[in-house]
Amino acid sequence: MHEMSIALSIVEAIESKAREEGAGSISGIELVIGKLAGIEPESLKFCFSAAAKGTLAEEALLNIEEPEGVGECGECGRRFPVSFYYAECPDCRSLRVKIVSGEEFLIQSITIEDQEGE
Amino acid sequence: MCDTCGCSTEGGAVLRKPGESDYHVHVTESSHGDSHHHQGDAHDHGHTHEHGHHHHERKSRTIALEQDVLQKNNLLAERNRGYFEARNIYALNFLSSPGSGKTSLLEKIIPALQKNVPVAVIEGDQQTTNDAERIQALGVPVIQINTGSGCHLDALMVNSAVKELELKDNSLLCIENVGNLVCPAMFDLGEALKVVIISVTEGDDKPLKYPTMFHEADICILNKIDLLPYVDFDVRQCRENAMRVNHHLEWFEVSAKTGEGLGVLQEWIENKLKKR
Ligand SMILES: Nc1nc2c(ncn2[C@@H]2O[C@H](COP(=O)(O)OP(=O)(O)OP(=O)(O)O)[C@@H](O)[C@H]2O)c(=O)[nH]1
Ligand SMILES: [Mg+2]
Ligand SMILES: [Zn+2]
Ligand SMILES: [Zn+2]
Ligand SMILES: [Zn+2]
Ligand SMILES: [Zn+2]
Repeated sequence: MHEMSIALSIVEAIESKAREEGAGSISGIELVIGKLAGIEPESLKFCFSAAAKGTLAEEALLNIEEPEGVGECGECGRRFPVSFYYAECPDCRSLRVKIVSGEEFLIQSITIEDQEGE
Repeated sequence: MCDTCGCSTEGGAVLRKPGESDYHVHVTESSHGDSHHHQGDAHDHGHTHEHGHHHHERKSRTIALEQDVLQKNNLLAERNRGYFEARNIYALNFLSSPGSGKTSLLEKIIPALQKNVPVAVIEGDQQTTNDAERIQALGVPVIQINTGSGCHLDALMVNSAVKELELKDNSLLCIENVGNLVCPAMFDLGEALKVVIISVTEGDDKPLKYPTMFHEADICILNKIDLLPYVDFDVRQCRENAMRVNHHLEWFEVSAKTGEGLGVLQEWIENKLKKR
């Protein structure tokens, strides 16, 4: 299941960042997963809790922003919402559509708790 | 624990060679693909996590990362790509659902391609060295990556495998990914081109059902066309569906069984090799 290997790589990336910052723990994570990115947010959340066990991110809350797919017509330039890769321009019916949004898959930010007194 | 060698590595991918039952290398990160056997230190996540034992006021800070989740894989894939380019090795990543005919196709085209260019193969499967054995019978260097529970190859596995294979300069490297139409598309291996294979027994709407794979691919090969008389499969419709997802796709129709269409495919690959 690829969501598991992805969850592990997220944990690894944020742990290394948190350590760099001298954090005691990670309390929140903001992810951006476009609707066309091919990742199931629910499945990822499920895997994340397993992947984060015993790490700085064990108690982190996962917040996922899911930008909609937006296509741009290669013929007439119109922008319109798309839910698949095989979109068709609603104006000129062209299939030469470039995806301009919805493929994002980013770790936007993390919220860390300082290691006070420890 | 690893059943084969008893080392402490948990899960993860293992490299194998057909006919060499004691050859067995774990893909580990510590060595960044140097594949030192039993380098257990990468797995030492031995940090303790002392949360809230001191009941002090804690200060929260938000830190921006804006980092691609697949960044680590992408960076390593770029290193593979740089290595391939420097040595003029042309790498193809073959993707399909299980059983579409990736290995059969390699068995058929490699003997022909081999006359003009040295070929090597990386085989990806969850278990067994069956496919590597089939390739080894052709007399080309081959290594098997067993991904265990993993459903795709990643750049680290390929990086390790490449170090175990003695690749020649100016050669062709065929990488057969794990049979799976979903996530192998997300993991860049450093290849020059992605080749997606579908067979006529799978339904002509495959490209619409699994658009990501077809969107990422450079070449689409329709295989098993010898079976067309026996199945309800509209080749034109399938091609149209594939083109809707990705209008840059190069399209081929072949039978790995009868050899039909393989000449055209071979010529196309040879042209690419000349132009690189
Ligand atoms: N009729 C026919 N059968 C084929 C053709 N190509 C492959 N096959 C058969 O399809 C089955 C699967 O072929 P493989 O080459 O092992 O497929 P694969 O994609 O490598 O499979 P995995 O590695 O398991 O994902 C075998 O029984 C092949 O003999 C073809 O062109 N025509
Ligand atoms: Mg195979
Ligand atoms: Zn998967
Ligand atoms: Zn248009
Ligand atoms: Zn072992
Ligand atoms: Zn996978």
